[in-house]
Order: sequence, then C-alpha cells, then structure tokens
Amino acid sequence: MTEQRTTEQPTTDPQSGLSPGSGQRAGRGLDLSALAPLRILRAIGPGNISLIGALIVLVVIFQSLNSGFLSTGNLAGIGDAVTVFGLLAVVQSVVIICGAMDISVGSQTGVASVISAMAFTATGSNAWLGILAAIAVGVVLGIVNGIIIVYGRVNPVIATLAGLAAYKGLAQLISGGKAQGFVLDNDTFIFLARGKIIGLPVPVIILAIVAIGVHVLLKYTDIGRNIYAIGGNDTAARLSGININKYLIAVYVLAGIVAAIAGIILTARTGSGQPVSGSEGLELQSITAAALGGCALKGGKGAIAGTLLAVLLLGALDNGLNVIGVNTFWQNVAQGALLVAAVVIQQRRSGERAVGLPT
Amino acid sequence: MQLSEGQAGLRANSISKSFAGVPALREVSVNFPAGVVTALIGENGAGKSTLIRILGGDHRPDGGQLELDGVPFSPGTPAAARAAGIRVIGQEPEIVPHVSVAENVYLGELPRRAGRFVDRAALRARMREDLARLGFNRDLNPDMLGSKLTAAQRQLVEVMRALTTEAKVIAFDEPTSSLSDHETESLFELIERLRARGLAVIYVSHRMREIFQVATRVVVLRDGAVVGERVIAETTDREIVSMMVGRDLSTVFARKHNEPGRVLLEVDSVTTDDVREVSLTVRAGEVVALAGLVGAGRSELAGALVGDLPIRSGEVRVDGARLHLRQPRDAVRAGMGYAPEERKAQALLMHRGVRDNISLAVLDRLRRWRFVRRGAENRLAQQYVDSLHVRTPSLDQEVRKLSGGNQQKVVLARWLARKPKVLILDEPTRGVDVGAKVEIYHVIEELAESGVAVLVISSELPEVLGLADRIVVMQQGRVTGELDREQASEESILALAMASDLTDSVRPGSTQTT
Repeated sequence: MTEQRTTEQPTTDPQSGLSPGSGQRAGRGLDLSALAPLRILRAIGPGNISLIGALIVLVVIFQSLNSGFLSTGNLAGIGDAVTVFGLLAVVQSVVIICGAMDISVGSQTGVASVISAMAFTATGSNAWLGILAAIAVGVVLGIVNGIIIVYGRVNPVIATLAGLAAYKGLAQLISGGKAQGFVLDNDTFIFLARGKIIGLPVPVIILAIVAIGVHVLLKYTDIGRNIYAIGGNDTAARLSGININKYLIAVYVLAGIVAAIAGIILTARTGSGQPVSGSEGLELQSITAAALGGCALKGGKGAIAGTLLAVLLLGALDNGLNVIGVNTFWQNVAQGALLVAAVVIQQRRSGERAVGLPT
Repeated sequence: MQLSEGQAGLRANSISKSFAGVPALREVSVNFPAGVVTALIGENGAGKSTLIRILGGDHRPDGGQLELDGVPFSPGTPAAARAAGIRVIGQEPEIVPHVSVAENVYLGELPRRAGRFVDRAALRARMREDLARLGFNRDLNPDMLGSKLTAAQRQLVEVMRALTTEAKVIAFDEPTSSLSDHETESLFELIERLRARGLAVIYVSHRMREIFQVATRVVVLRDGAVVGERVIAETTDREIVSMMVGRDLSTVFARKHNEPGRVLLEVDSVTTDDVREVSLTVRAGEVVALAGLVGAGRSELAGALVGDLPIRSGEVRVDGARLHLRQPRDAVRAGMGYAPEERKAQALLMHRGVRDNISLAVLDRLRRWRFVRRGAENRLAQQYVDSLHVRTPSLDQEVRKLSGGNQQKVVLARWLARKPKVLILDEPTRGVDVGAKVEIYHVIEELAESGVAVLVISSELPEVLGLADRIVVMQQGRVTGELDREQASEESILALAMASDLTDSVRPGSTQTT
C-alpha cells in the first residue's frame, strides 16, 4: 500500500478509525476503491435508504392489494397530486436548513393563485402578466416575512404564523372568498395544466427543475454552504464573515417565489384562482415532508433528495390508501405516525440523553 | 455520638478528578471546619470550581473521599448534597424571571394545601419568617418579579433558597463579581452571621482584598493541587500571590522571536459596554498576549474588535485604515480573523465535515461563478490537515467526532486559510491535550514568522510567557499594564491582573523585588 503524500502519524491513532469508502484521503491515504458499492450506499445516506425501503414496501403492499396502483394513469395521478405539495416541501427544506421555518407558505400559495388568475383577467387575458404579478407578490411577501423576523426580532415561527393568518385573509379579501377568474381558455395555462414535456406532465417537470436547481444551490455553491452554516451555528457563520441577515431575508424571498410558482400551477390545474382550496394545510405538510426527509428542525442538516423521497412516500401513501378504499381520515393518522417514527429514529441515532426537552 | 469541635464541617481527603484525561484536581485534601470562613484562591484553571462542583454533588471524584462531620459522604447528585446540608451559591444565580421572589425562593418546595393547590398564605408566612430570620427584610420584597431584581438581590434570593432548610456548609463561588461595594459589605455581614451560626463557609474568589476582609483561613490551589494553607491574620497578600504562581518554567514552550514589522492593529481608546478606553497595538510578526483573570473583559474586547459587539467610542485601525464595524463581515474583509473561546458553541459546524469547516471563511476565494471548486477546496483542506497534523480519517469526518485538540486545529485552519493580517485567538489551547498544545504553539510561531499580527487571549500564565513578545494585562474592563517579555514573570502578570485588589506592597512598580 503506497501513500503518495505522506503525512505525520507513525503511531496508531484512536482518532483515525478506518472509514471504508470515504472518498477523500486525509490522515491516512488507504486505497479502498474495492468497496465501491459501500461507497455508493454511504453517499446515498442511511436516512434516504430507509425512505427508499419504506417506499418499496409501500408500493409492494399497495400493488398487491390493487393491481392498478402501478398503472401509468395512477402514477401520473400521484405525480400531479404531489407537485404543489412538493414545491413547498423543497423550499421549506431550504428555510429549515437555514435554521428557520415558514408556516405561511400555504397561504402564500393561495395569494399567488388568486393574483395570477385575477391579474390575468384584469390585463385582458395576458397569462405572462398574471404569472409575473404572482411571482412579484411572492417576492414582496417573502421580504415582509424576512424583515419582520430580522428587524422586528420576531421568532420565525410566530412571524410566519402571523403570515399564515394574514396572507390567507389577504387572499380571501382580494378574491371575495371564492374562486376567481377563468384561465383555461388560455393556451399558456392549458399547457401548464395539461401539457407534457418528454412524456411527463408539465407541473412535474417544473417540480423537477426547481428541485434540481435548489439541490445544486445547496450542494455545489457557496450560497448553499453558507445556508448550512447559518443553520448549523449562526455565531460561527457570522464570525466567518457571512452576512446572515441578508441570507435570512433571501431565503424567505425564495420561499415566496416558489410558493408563487405553486400557486400558479394550482390556478392552471383548477382553472381559476383559489384563495384557500388546494393550498390550505400545505404548510404543515411541507414541514412534515422536510422533517421526514431528514431536515433537522434546528437547522444545519438535510438535503433535497431526502425531501423528495419523503414527498414521494407521502404521495404514494395517500394515493395508495385511496386506491384500496381506506377512509381518508386514516391517511392523516398515517402521515402523523410516519413523521413521528422517522424523527424518533433520527433522534435515537443522535444518541441524546433522555432528560428534559429534546434539542 | 458527640463530635469534637474539630470534626464538624466538611473535609476533602485526597480528591482527584480528571476530564478526558486532563487532570483538574490532584489529591486535594482540604478541611473546611464549621464556624470558620475558609477562602479558596487560585488563578484560572487551578481547580477551584471543580472542587466546589464535587462538594456540591455535580461531579463524582475519580479518587478520594469526602467527609461531612466526620462521616464519609458521597453525594451522587446535587439533590443528595443539598439534602445532606451542602449549599453552593454560584456566580450566576438562576432566577425564574416571570415569577415572584417568594416563588423563586421556594422553587420546587412551594407549600401546598388540599392536594396540589399552592398555599399562598403559608408561602407568605414562611417568606416573612425566613426574611426575618436571615435579616433580609429590608433588602427583598417577596412580591417583586424575578426579572426586576438587581444582581445583589438575585444573589440574596439564591442565598435564601439555599437556607430554606438547615444547612451545614455553604460555598460562595465568586459572589461579588456583579455587586457594588455597598452590596459586597452587606454580603460580608451575612457571611459573618452564617459563620456565627456554625456553618462552614467556603469563599471562592481571586479578589485578595475581599479574602482578607471576610476569611479566617485561606487555601491556595495551583494546577489542581493544594499549594498551602494560611491563617489570614498571619500572612500577607504578597505571600499568597507567590504561592499562586511559582511554577518551574524551564519546560515552557520558548518561541522564536522575530523583529516586528509595521503596526497592523491599532486599538485606540476603545470603549464598549464592557471595556473602558482600551488601547493597544500589535505589529506584524508580533505575538501580543492579552492576560487577565475571568471577567477582565478580554473576550468582550475581542468581540468588539471584530465587529460582533458595538464600539461606543474610540477607533480600530488595521494596517493604518480605520475600520467601520457593523458586523464581523467588515472585520474579516479588512483582514482580521477571530477564533473564539468556545469552539463548539461559537466556531464549529459540528455536523459538517472537516473540509467544510476549514473552507468556511474562504468560500469567496474558492468559487467560480458561485460554484465551489471542489478540487481546489479539497487541496486546500488537505494542505492544512497535513500542516497542522489534524488527526482525522477523512476530510468528510464530522468534526464533532474529533478530539478537542483536533477541533481547535480545524478552527485555526479556517483562519490560516484566510491569510489575515491580524488574527485574534481566544484561549487557543483550552481543553487541548499537551501534544496538540505544542503543535498549536508552533502554528502560532509560524504565523508570526510569516508576518501576521497575532493577539492571543490566554489565562494560562506559562503559555502567555512562552508565546508573547508583549503582554497586555486587563482587569475589570481596563488595561492595568503592559509588560515586555523580558520584564514579565507569572507574579508580575498576576499582580497586574489583580492590581486594584492588592495593597501597595505588591503593586507593580513598588520597590520590593519579586
């Protein structure tokens, strides 16, 4: 076994236990490429593997109970059903990794849905203006959230809880409390709702683009590194020269933009602007997916891959229970149970002592 | 069984305690007799707090035995120690802010009636009784909210809490740090009353004047061992200071010194909420140590210099240019770096890898169009892992799995990678094993050689003497003096660190030689 660059320790060192499959050589450069499959498993991560496992189990069970589960029609249905939810889960993950939370994303989706439809009708059926208006409002709501938290010194949970109520009210005020506008005579919206790119529904493609974009941001850019740093130890991040206020506001603006995209898709799919229907309760679901996918609520930990797997798992569970005819109320119980199970497993692995409130 | 007078009280027999292999107490044997105020003095890290925590049941000793009134005694928990009659009044009283004084005092033992209902009448009556018994009626209002109490009142609440049931031993750990002179006098009167009632009083402090006022005997600790005991009436503060120091310094790291270059850091009469009119300079290639005892304000000064705490007046200049500091980012961009005291709480991203922690401050130099260049980052991290001898199985290893010394090296690597002009290191070898300590000293030596201006905050006198070209000493937010490495000795540094407490005979600049 040759070492190209020798380092120091001639003596055995309790610190440097062997970790098979670790790509980078550090203290000792051992050649373990023979253990490639192990490396792949490690790269995927134990959390994700459990999610994939659970997904497989679920699919097998549902398919055996109803052979229509894996049909293309049903799978497309799952895909459609999870897009709005999935978009919010992806962006919620970013906010949570940064050490914060956005409970107002569901309400923001409602606002965006209403604005996109009403701006569309108000500007003589201009779809792009409707879309732009919705996104602009998303940016504004995000800035408002960010400013209240950073400069008003309001705890993020409280601030976005207020947003949840206020923005829902805003959506209802603007729309008079009911669905507004009719968008399905417009090609753009029809395309958004029913079009396909490479055989997949457009909303699924949009989800894929956003998820991949956010994944790349978190994993490969310095912006992503800084977000993990702020969530992991904001003092360390601050002392290292990161402008944490700027990042916090930016993260909330991102949440606003993605919530707006979700709202636009909601409008397209239902055919009109929806102030509440289709978006209510999504904030809690997005947090569930993020936590199930491995995001630690205190920040600094998590990844989009896990969140997407969680979204798929929850979507499949929902759909599967429907397909086999189980009471919808059981679905809520199932979701809650799954979330608790996932977090308990995570926490047991972290090895904290069982005293007082968990961190 | 009648106990003889000499047996009443607390006795520590050969107590030893280590944390992660580093000994904090070595076979410490001390007697704390009843009816006597025994002072426990020693510089930072001498082991005073560890001993008190063992007496109070917070830690179990690795070796040795405690005896209470002649009977062997092993408190497994603080509750057990309290039940046996031992009370510890810590430095920072834990008060519940939104609840009244009365409820704070009887926390956990509120009088009840008819099952679980709080008996407010009984609470008030007990409070009145106890206030009268201890003589605090004029000082504490039982209905006042915890958040509105002054520091002295908070302490009184702690004392009352300690004495709600009969106590045998009461230990005060640095009780006067937030008290005014008048409040300190009241505290001493209280201590005298407790002593007269037959309690064994332990008074931990590094304030010489107070010890001479309130204590009958003093025990000096150094490096975890008892150096000696004296009766206050028969000793001088000079003798105690010399007992606190006086190590064999021949094994101390001796840094190679170089000719210092231009001034890189100028602190010009800086005043913040914690320090007053501090001025100092550090040149390129120089290591200036900032010495002093706990509470001197050194870390607060460092925080202000890097923009984390507001500066009320004065200027900070780096390489001649005045800094306008609103956040640490401004300081980092101006060429400063700061490795804080608490590496786990303030510097490390515990769940991230070695590589991510090292590159955190230089991502702007490692990126192309916001994408981090992985190859360059790996090479950079590997370079520092090699040069600092960081023991880790891979660059991906989560830093929470590294030893203290290696974690500290990772923090250092972060700043070395940034190549700052000025680097402030706050207790760089705290909680670090001996081997890694020497390696860190070498790193500091090389830093200075490469022209960086280094400011090291340290409470370890041998470390200060080994590393520094100049030593600036602070006490209670002010600079009390500056020493060149030739004039410096442990005693002269300590004397400056305690300057306002010492009588004239020990003040620096006196005619007596040390």
